[in-house]
Amino acid sequence: MILHPGILALLFGSTLILLMLLVAGGVALRIVRYWNADSGSATQLQLERQTWLVSTLLKYAFGFQIISVLLFLFTLEEIHPLFVGAMCATGSLNANLVGWLVLLVKIALVFAAAVWLAINYLDQRTEDTPLVRLKYRLLLLLIPVVGLDLWLQWEYFSGLRPQMITSCCGSLFSAEGEGVISTLAGLPIEQAMPLFFIVVTLYAVVLLANLRWRFVALRHLLFVAAVLLFFVSLAALVSFLSLYIYQMPSHQCPFDMLQGHYYYIGYPIYAGLFMATLFAMLPGLCRPLATTSSLERELECCEPMWLRLALFGLILFLLSSCWQMLFGPLRLLGY
Amino acid sequence: MLNFKLLEYSLSSLWRRKEKNLALVVVYALVIATLGSVLLLTHALKTEAVMTLTASPEIVVQRMLGGRHELIPIDYAQTIAEFPGVGKVTPRVWGYYYDSLVKANLTLVGLAGYHEQLELLAGRFPQAPDEGVIGAGVADAFGPQIGDLLVLEDSSKRRTEFHVSGIFRSQSNLLTNDLVVLQEGALRDFFGIPDGFATDLTVQVFNPREIDTIARKIAYFLPDSRPITRDELLHTYDSLFNWRSGMMLAVFMSALMAFLILAWDRATGISAEEKREIGILKALGWETSHILGAKLREALLISLTAFIVGLLLAWLHVFVLGAPVLMPLLKGWSVLFPTFDLPRVIDLYQLAILGFVTIVPYLACTLIPAWKAASSDPDDVMRG
Repeated sequence: MILHPGILALLFGSTLILLMLLVAGGVALRIVRYWNADSGSATQLQLERQTWLVSTLLKYAFGFQIISVLLFLFTLEEIHPLFVGAMCATGSLNANLVGWLVLLVKIALVFAAAVWLAINYLDQRTEDTPLVRLKYRLLLLLIPVVGLDLWLQWEYFSGLRPQMITSCCGSLFSAEGEGVISTLAGLPIEQAMPLFFIVVTLYAVVLLANLRWRFVALRHLLFVAAVLLFFVSLAALVSFLSLYIYQMPSHQCPFDMLQGHYYYIGYPIYAGLFMATLFAMLPGLCRPLATTSSLERELECCEPMWLRLALFGLILFLLSSCWQMLFGPLRLLGY
Repeated sequence: MLNFKLLEYSLSSLWRRKEKNLALVVVYALVIATLGSVLLLTHALKTEAVMTLTASPEIVVQRMLGGRHELIPIDYAQTIAEFPGVGKVTPRVWGYYYDSLVKANLTLVGLAGYHEQLELLAGRFPQAPDEGVIGAGVADAFGPQIGDLLVLEDSSKRRTEFHVSGIFRSQSNLLTNDLVVLQEGALRDFFGIPDGFATDLTVQVFNPREIDTIARKIAYFLPDSRPITRDELLHTYDSLFNWRSGMMLAVFMSALMAFLILAWDRATGISAEEKREIGILKALGWETSHILGAKLREALLISLTAFIVGLLLAWLHVFVLGAPVLMPLLKGWSVLFPTFDLPRVIDLYQLAILGFVTIVPYLACTLIPAWKAASSDPDDVMRG
């Protein structure tokens, strides 16, 4: 079912992103081979100019990739009525399990592109740009992932078989097996809730400690806490936060909250979680890279900003996801 | 992030080359309008179809004979009515009628299952074999009003006259537009359908979660029947409209490609004046990234303007003019749909698709030319 407008748009967009990255990759190859910061030759001058092209290409590709993730989720939501037993986007993903891989790759790409842009930002602020080679090697690694994203999307959408009336009989007899599960089974609430709040508290404490002190070990601890926060929060969203948001003890979909009938509450939730994870990971990630004094100086400048952004993300995430839990009428515990 | 002075600079820079940019916006907007019309129209048609189908029965049972649709014996209704959970089982007698005079297809329905759901605009339901109620579309095409005669040719090519006793109005136009409702006996005579047979059966199911089970039971106990549930009809319509609009979109994508090549070309070929401007800016202390930013801001302004204009054009084309260009391609093969008002619904999802398909490639396409312009050497440029 490739000929669906949303699917066409997604495939078209991913092809475009791949093309942009291929252009950037061509430049990257040349830079990795010929870059010589001490030289004043024409080649070097040209390469230095081309770094602007690459960083702009990447910025746009990153922006497009974020939109593409959202469009992917919207499309899943849109096509779910075509599958027997599917109640929401989760059902569409279950209709062809490659869909989960697509989602995974897309999210990984968004994180990878954001980290790349952060490293690039750091590098371009210094005079001597010591990270050039590393950065462009990383870029070359991104290209196959973008290609994989496109290929997996194609596999997913071309593997979908919508339930239609055929000439011989109604469709439901061809899909007799109850193969499609439309809810995600989450962790039991009694365990998920304490785990979530312990991790959030741990993260918040480490984050505040980072804002106060500058020990390298603290940065690394924050990195670990951020990764932990990301996965535990996703599990919590499926397990109990979604129940509060939908006010229904059986609805565990992490995607429906992006829809209009839940007042688009999913956007601040996921944006907050993304910010809290990304900006808390950056100081820990960039620390080992700060080998020169110029980089160290710039990192010292950037870190407080990143940490504050992470704190803002955490507050946004907690406010938007736990609001209903505290003030909504639904009570899950205590009975 | 957003600096209004820079925005003002980009706007005035666009204005200085207004002929060139205006031409670009016009073509761009036309491309967006074309793609947008396809998306808006299919969405409206889909909404209309869904509205129609929500009023339809839970299950329709047809009989298949040799892989073809056949008349169904009315005593099948008895078998189905005995299943637990089944409400009313109604045999329907109906058929299509092609009128060679007005070149239109009509749907003729026997008065049994339908009239509970349908609202009359004026008049009353037929009370004698020579009376009939017609849809608004039929009234427009044939011209009769209440009390006038509707003349049709029956299965043996005899002239049959019906007095129009009422005209339909319904929430959904698709449902009643081409409808003619007659008394069941009159319709049997008209089509020559033998007694004891019906065109199909409608089955009412009280609990929506039992629909699939009951459909399965019907297929088990009456192996020559084909039960079609309402959900299946909805899926099929959904897929059909998706497929059609995807098809059209794929076709019009080529227009988009042509436009992108034009945009690329336009963005690459910058004038000597523009080159000097960039040189002066650089001499004044602008960096490559600043100029690149200004160029990209211009591209964004152009695409947003074109998007809004294109969307407005699409809206006018579809909802005000009734999509004269696309309607025959998308609607199907039925002939009698003189006017039907499309429900004016705009879905955010359709807008997201349209934006993703049109704005993203334009921006991507202007990136490299913008960088080329921005990275030119001030020294070279100013010396000419």
